[in-house]
Amino acid sequence: MNSNTATKAKPRKHPVVLFIHKLGSPPWFYDFAGKFIPWLWLIFGVLTVLGLYLGLVKAPEDYLQGQSVRIIYLHVPAAWMSMMIYSSMAVMGFIALVWRIRIVEILAMASAPIGAAFTIVTLTAGSLWGRPTWGTYWVWDARLTSELVLLFLYLGVIGLYNSIDEPRKAARAACLLAIVGAVNLPIIHYSVKWWNTLHQGSSISLMGGSSIDSSMLYPLLIMAVATKFYYGANLLTRARIKLLEQDKRKAWVREILKEKN
Amino acid sequence: MTAEPLSGSLSKAFLALLRRDLLLAFRRRTELLFPVIFLLVVVSLFPLGIGPGPQLLARIAPGVIWIAALLATVISLDALFRSDFEDGTLEQFIISGHPLTLIALAKIVSHWLVAGLPIVLLSPLLALWMNLPSESLGVMILTLALGTPILSLIGSIGVGLTISLKRGGQLLSLLVFPLYVPILIIATAAVMAASDGLPYTQFLGLLIAGLITSVTLAPFAAAAALKISLS
Repeated sequence: MNSNTATKAKPRKHPVVLFIHKLGSPPWFYDFAGKFIPWLWLIFGVLTVLGLYLGLVKAPEDYLQGQSVRIIYLHVPAAWMSMMIYSSMAVMGFIALVWRIRIVEILAMASAPIGAAFTIVTLTAGSLWGRPTWGTYWVWDARLTSELVLLFLYLGVIGLYNSIDEPRKAARAACLLAIVGAVNLPIIHYSVKWWNTLHQGSSISLMGGSSIDSSMLYPLLIMAVATKFYYGANLLTRARIKLLEQDKRKAWVREILKEKN
Repeated sequence: MTAEPLSGSLSKAFLALLRRDLLLAFRRRTELLFPVIFLLVVVSLFPLGIGPGPQLLARIAPGVIWIAALLATVISLDALFRSDFEDGTLEQFIISGHPLTLIALAKIVSHWLVAGLPIVLLSPLLALWMNLPSESLGVMILTLALGTPILSLIGSIGVGLTISLKRGGQLLSLLVFPLYVPILIIATAAVMAASDGLPYTQFLGLLIAGLITSVTLAPFAAAAALKISLS
């Protein structure tokens, strides 16, 4: 036992653990994110061009909805993202509150405006689709309403974050609010089932067979993946800017500024 | 260096705090009445704005009364921790050695007794004004009795988060109203179902589930929010 104390004193971390620990350091994260961002934007651009080409040009028009069905290639991925980003914000918020990692606080808070933007895109695209299809821009059905409530939840998180002056305290308060809001997310989801509505039921599910033709499914899935890359790229870009802003008096930011000048 | 609370002192602390808050509230009786008067005024505005048609009023009665209850609760929420925050009592609570969750729960209970219970008690009058069918009055009172504690519980989280802001009240409504949406939906659905002669017990069951969940979780979230605000 005693012979091992020398090696035990300096336990070697698993490379993955070491990597995660390193990511918590602002300068390291800044460099790492900076290397990734151009690639994320590039993949997003290629996938979006491909997805939109397949969706807007190649895919057939719907026999009932006509050309307006093409709005779903924007609307549905945006709706998925609006919910996914809220969950990821809440999960990051939880991590930020439990382990008090500043980078995660910044990432969680940088997610909020992106998610809010996706929610607005969903609502706008949805109402533009609703006009020719349902004959009205707005219907108070479960999904529209829950999307609107989701927007309010986002605005609450953004509002709280921006009202508290001390950045870390603001982030922690807004993270807690995001977690509380996330408890509402399943209720919002199940409100689809509680309310009988005008809205069509979902036609894509991972479990059962999809009732949508593959010529329409592929552009949809490509757009869904593209929006993930958009989120990643936008999130890291925002986080880097926020880091520079918060650490503007620290040595590592000064060094970067010197290099730039 | 705080002493470990003696056994049995948790409930003592809870009751002492409850007694203190109720005493303080009844010493300021006019302030106590503001949310109640607000509730009456808001509900009376609806017939004035929409017209006195008894059919229409009866149809919108559950929604109007419930929305007025939400507004009145949010108006009164700011008082939940405000004075204790401003005079430093809240910090004393934190270092008192008693769990902040328990303190938050005591304050929430006193808030409900002061602001929520009057809404429940006044609801027959509101129902009369709004021409609510008498057979759904009981359900209306039940939904308010089950729902207003949830409003106080969820609201306490919002108050905890905004307490350190000078103008927290405006932000508070933005934070809290989206969280109130499911309660509003379920409660009004119950009353409307009762008005239409449909079964409504499942909605009451959902409200009870919501009440149990929020009693279990909200005080912890409110305590965490207060700790963040006071850090």
